[in-house]
Amino acid sequence: MHPRDWMRVNDTGLYCEPADAYIDPMVPVTRAIITHGHADHARAGHDHVYATPTTLKIMTTRYGEEMAREQTALDYRQSVTLGDDKDPVTVTFYPAGHIAGSAQALIEYRGARLVISGDYKRRPDPTCEPFEVVPCDVFITEATFGLPVFTHPPIDQEIQKLLHSQQVFPDRCHVVGTYALGKCQRVILALRDAGYTRPLYLHGALIRLCDLYQELGVALGPLVAVSEVENKQDLAGEIILAPPSALADRWSRSLPKVRTVMASGWMQIRARARQRQAELPLIISDHCDWPELLQTLEEVNAPEVWVTHGREDALIYQAEKMGFNARALSLLGYEEEDDSSE
Amino acid sequence: MKAFSDLLDQLYFTSGNNAKAAIIKEYLRSTPDPDRGWAIAAIAGTLKFDFFKRNTVKTLMLERIDPELFAMSYDYVGEMSETVAHLWPDSQATQTDSIPRLADIVEEFQNASRQTAGKLLSGYLDLLDASQRWALIKLGTRGLRVGVSARSMKQILASYGNVDIEDIESLWHGVAPPYTELLAWLEGKAEKPDISGEVTFHPVMLSHPIDDQTLEQITVNDWQVEYKYDGIRVQLVCTEKGKALFSRTGDDISQAFPDVLEGISGDGVVDGELLIMHGKDVDSFNALQQRLNRKKPPAKLIKSLPAGLILYDILRNGDTDVTQSALTERRQILSQWIAGQQCSHLHLSQTLNLTDAASLRKKHEQASDDVAVEGLMLKRKDSRYVPGRPKGQWYKWKRDPKLVDAVIMYAQRGHGKRSSYYSDFTFGAWQDDKLLPIGKAYSGFTDEELKKLDNWVRRNAVGRFGPVREVKKELVIEVAFDAVHPSPRHKSGIALRFPRFHRIRWDKPAAEADTLETIKALIHSTD
Repeated sequence: MHPRDWMRVNDTGLYCEPADAYIDPMVPVTRAIITHGHADHARAGHDHVYATPTTLKIMTTRYGEEMAREQTALDYRQSVTLGDDKDPVTVTFYPAGHIAGSAQALIEYRGARLVISGDYKRRPDPTCEPFEVVPCDVFITEATFGLPVFTHPPIDQEIQKLLHSQQVFPDRCHVVGTYALGKCQRVILALRDAGYTRPLYLHGALIRLCDLYQELGVALGPLVAVSEVENKQDLAGEIILAPPSALADRWSRSLPKVRTVMASGWMQIRARARQRQAELPLIISDHCDWPELLQTLEEVNAPEVWVTHGREDALIYQAEKMGFNARALSLLGYEEEDDSSE
Repeated sequence: MKAFSDLLDQLYFTSGNNAKAAIIKEYLRSTPDPDRGWAIAAIAGTLKFDFFKRNTVKTLMLERIDPELFAMSYDYVGEMSETVAHLWPDSQATQTDSIPRLADIVEEFQNASRQTAGKLLSGYLDLLDASQRWALIKLGTRGLRVGVSARSMKQILASYGNVDIEDIESLWHGVAPPYTELLAWLEGKAEKPDISGEVTFHPVMLSHPIDDQTLEQITVNDWQVEYKYDGIRVQLVCTEKGKALFSRTGDDISQAFPDVLEGISGDGVVDGELLIMHGKDVDSFNALQQRLNRKKPPAKLIKSLPAGLILYDILRNGDTDVTQSALTERRQILSQWIAGQQCSHLHLSQTLNLTDAASLRKKHEQASDDVAVEGLMLKRKDSRYVPGRPKGQWYKWKRDPKLVDAVIMYAQRGHGKRSSYYSDFTFGAWQDDKLLPIGKAYSGFTDEELKKLDNWVRRNAVGRFGPVREVKKELVIEVAFDAVHPSPRHKSGIALRFPRFHRIRWDKPAAEADTLETIKALIHSTD
């Protein structure tokens, strides 16, 4: 049976009818399949959550032990069946390469295979298993950087920019805006790879997740909480990591001679970088750039591609040029409603 | 080219003049001639020609990408140079040592014809990476916009060579890119370049605002009193080698005002106010603004808004320096110089015959009756022409600012030092029961008041539009401004000149702020 007949989009999110399960729902639901721990995908309050063991740990770290009534941990390539025993839906996780614990969900029903890739990337990332190509009939892909202007440079090149800036401005405090989960730890590891052994200073919002990564066996080197530094003037010339929102806010006022650094895939677009008032934009992304999106479509080679969040138009246009049947996922629900009204 | 594109990247993203200066000085120290001189020219805007047209860039791009994808990308990025820089296919073979030098690129394009420029450009774009491609397109279309003005560039050069900014200013128009001689002198490796006879800007003499104490003490008879016109200060320079009109910061604005320069000949350096003048009648600053916005004005605009100069001083007459003569004497010389020109765009500034303090005060009150006048100038009759702002010589006595009570509507964070504070405010006036924005102000408050305002914004924000916060329409400020003009570009239909905070009325209810009608009534009848 074609997945369009058993998957639908509603206000709550992407819904698999025969399994009575949502994938990454926005509000609490009975049954949620969570691809990864970012807050826009993993919310608290579901009755029953299916996720990888690492994603469950991330959710517990963020929302506490009570984050869901029931949790089922599923290792990569391990399956679970949902729905009617005689007409089952099989769910299997595969690595997505996005952040620690991130997964693609393969959903099999009545002989059809659908892969929801969640957020994913193809670059090497020491904090997670690499993206695995899973053959399927329908591939759901994100399009966060779905325009040909997006090509992300290698991370070591971007880290060199930061280290160079530190040499040119040895008395300035380099505050790097990074997302607390995934990006932060990746930036830290890349700095360590580049031979940076001095302590790195952390905004309070980043500490718990860095601790979790260390527990998971990712060695991040010496880390110090900014709040533990008595004389903030001592931070001159040091590298501090903070959530992007803290960069332009009161928190950074106490720091000496701040130079604002932003680590994000958006930093490739100058105007975006300026809007964030980044003095040193680092193009570091946990998503695919344009060539990697196309490479993935080719390798997965699913006859049908559904495109979601981001710049869908360009990717759909390109996917069709490549011979795939492509459409925007957000429109899918509406089309189905039209069908049923016939 | 790599060093140049790194430089532009850093300048683009770095805020703060000191940080930008540090970056440029580091570049000058580490980059050889003639590359660095061309970089100075590109930043200071002294490159004299476009390497290629924007359309050439677009055409080349469309030969390499699907037009639909190009359109979607351009729509998203919002800027041609950057879109092309990202979309141009990277050639895998790029080697660091094959990246051309900035000077080679400039020279090649200088020698290229319209037909060959396109091929040259695509060849270079193939060799460069995305940042370098962006730098090349920006350089070639002369639209750098990295937040460094010509004046700051000169200040940076002065600081680099540890010389006076006036020295750089006086040399500036006598030297040309790639500035090899200038840089050699700044680094102590050569003599100061000799530019006698060149058309160059001369540093100007500036005035102080007058205070009440000075006003009481002066003997009116010792002072030459003139109207202070609401135009822009300019310097007209004319030598055998050419002529030019400079703004008070030394920018050459000749191209924008060909009508003024047309009839000028002979030798001299004179100082005055640039205005829109219909014969002897002076138009408003608003009229001048329309000319200032056009770097190359169309003939129609020149005809409808002709520019004129009201001259009030002379620095050089023929080849004689007259700055050491007294003002009264210079005025005689200036008067003769103007008579010798027979140019209808030049006028001698009128002196006001005042003998006592009472008539001086009366004149000041009346000054605001004329829309083209923004106050009085008082200059000691025996003052010599001293560049800079010498004490006790020249005073400006501006007419009192106009004041209105307006309501703060939106707030935005400032830049640099104030980047974490809400310091830029949009304020509005009432039209019926609606507030319409009438202007923006970001000065006039103390640091202490700024902290209170910032705190107030954070506690009273009701909405967010990107970096802009909408606030509760509750706080009234007394806004001071110099004039109000009709403006079809603003929803309110008016534009304020130089609005700033006068007082914060924490006490005043928003409903009691002024109406748009009240403010419109302040538009001068002749405007």
